Amino acid sequence: MSLAVALGEGGGPPPAASRPTRTRGHRPLLLPGLAYLALFFVAPVAVLLATSLYVPVPGGDVGQYQPALHGQNYVDALAKFWPQLVRSFGFALMATLAALAIGYPMAYAIAVRARGRRLLQGLLLVLVVAPFFTSFILRTIAWKQILADDSFVVAALHWLHLLPPGGRLTATPFAVVCGLTYNFLPFMVLPIYASLERLDPRMLEAGADLYASPFTTFRTVTLPLSMPGVVGGTLLTFIPASGDYVNSSLLGNNTNTSMIGQVIDARFFKVLDYPTAAALSVVLMVAILVLVGAYVRRSGTEELL
Amino acid sequence: MGEALVPVIAGLAFLYLLVPVAYTVAFSFNDAGKSNLVWRGFTLDAWRNPCGAPQVCEAFAHSLQVGVASTVIATALGTLLAIALVRFRFRGRPLVNLLVFLPMSTPEVVLGAALLAQFLSLRVQLGFTTVVIAHVMFCISFVVVTVKARVASLDPALEEAAADLYATPWHAFWRVTFPLLLPGIAAAALLAFSLSFDDFIITNFNSGAFTTFPKFVYVSAARGIPPQANVISSFMFVLALVLVVVFQVVSSVRAGRRQRG
Repeated sequence: MSLAVALGEGGGPPPAASRPTRTRGHRPLLLPGLAYLALFFVAPVAVLLATSLYVPVPGGDVGQYQPALHGQNYVDALAKFWPQLVRSFGFALMATLAALAIGYPMAYAIAVRARGRRLLQGLLLVLVVAPFFTSFILRTIAWKQILADDSFVVAALHWLHLLPPGGRLTATPFAVVCGLTYNFLPFMVLPIYASLERLDPRMLEAGADLYASPFTTFRTVTLPLSMPGVVGGTLLTFIPASGDYVNSSLLGNNTNTSMIGQVIDARFFKVLDYPTAAALSVVLMVAILVLVGAYVRRSGTEELL
Repeated sequence: MGEALVPVIAGLAFLYLLVPVAYTVAFSFNDAGKSNLVWRGFTLDAWRNPCGAPQVCEAFAHSLQVGVASTVIATALGTLLAIALVRFRFRGRPLVNLLVFLPMSTPEVVLGAALLAQFLSLRVQLGFTTVVIAHVMFCISFVVVTVKARVASLDPALEEAAADLYATPWHAFWRVTFPLLLPGIAAAALLAFSLSFDDFIITNFNSGAFTTFPKFVYVSAARGIPPQANVISSFMFVLALVLVVVFQVVSSVRAGRRQRG
């Protein structure tokens, strides 16, 4: 999932065999980064785990908890917020599939169809990366305006009878999935582009020389060789989408669109129910790690890690 | 049949990607008054006076400060990690690789919640410092991944050659390795800055009363976003376009020179 190739050096030579060496001098290079991750990633996750088992202080104020091993927090949290958890994964999955369907042709057009035309390739890449630099919240609000009841999109859909009279897009699951797909699309396009860019065009010529139809060449040569990019892109889309709550809170309506991130945020800040928020966070993290592990193993691209 | 469809689908996809950006830019010229949701006519007012709305420039300055600080720290730590992970074989390497991968495969809500739980339990005052700590944490992984790709494409023989010519390891690094890694490091820094500048979820958890630009926009969404926010966002967009175009041109000129020998 080399974003570097996509963002900076379009293409470049294939990596020279860089053999690792044993050197005594490597420890000073490792220590600062490792210490940082230990202090501000590992330790916080441990604190989160501990918090998920806390119980309220007897007779204490709202938001006061004491250490305990109260596993029941998990049972209660899941019983109450199961629908939001399932919905988050469902929305994230739909957005990932949509982003793949849209993003693969985009990456293919940039890497393969525009091959050799450096300027066009550069321009298209810039257009993919550029939205990163406008505020993603402002762009999500723009989506809200685009899907609003009085927008040209809704008028056109009514005119085409694709939307029943009185039907709307705003505050629907469709709007939320649309926003998620939109927000994470560049994360899908860039890794696929990077892996297609590295593909040797002679492979495709060889396929044609062996009388393979363009589709067969694509299916048997291009697609398998771009799998690392597809795996990287789906992960970079699915993971942030499943935890996102900006789209569901700005484009949704709360009753049938709220996602688990919204619940965690509200439990933390509105209800001051830290154990439930922590328990839901732990469940989300573990569920994603299990899903990602199974997916990476199945797709056989462990070197990605 | 499929071949003919590719440009059509890609074209529609680019439209999908860019229409909201166009909206954001267009509404920076809206004669908005209080709420910038309906088009009321063209004006340059917001561009003439980008700090005209309360707090908007303050939030923007905060985001710049956080972005620069996080980028510098994350790029330094991540580059060192990336070099060590590619070049040196040591016992814990798979474990360190996993540790670097984990923050990237954890949703932002969880990272935000975990850090907040830690800051709450240590009774740390939330503000600029806690936001930078959080941003550095999630940017490091992206820096490592980006720089690693570049280190892997470098021939270690270059450093060995430098050593054979009696360069100290320190000299070999600064005169040989670092200049060759620079494009990768620059790309990583650009990525780290854009991730930090636009982050909302982790910032929201760890900022307390400290307001960054995304947080300002999110909070003011309820009562109406001033067009000045669109001006700042559009300005960043244009700046990024210019930067990325320069980057592209420089790297393609270099590549051309290399090809001609």
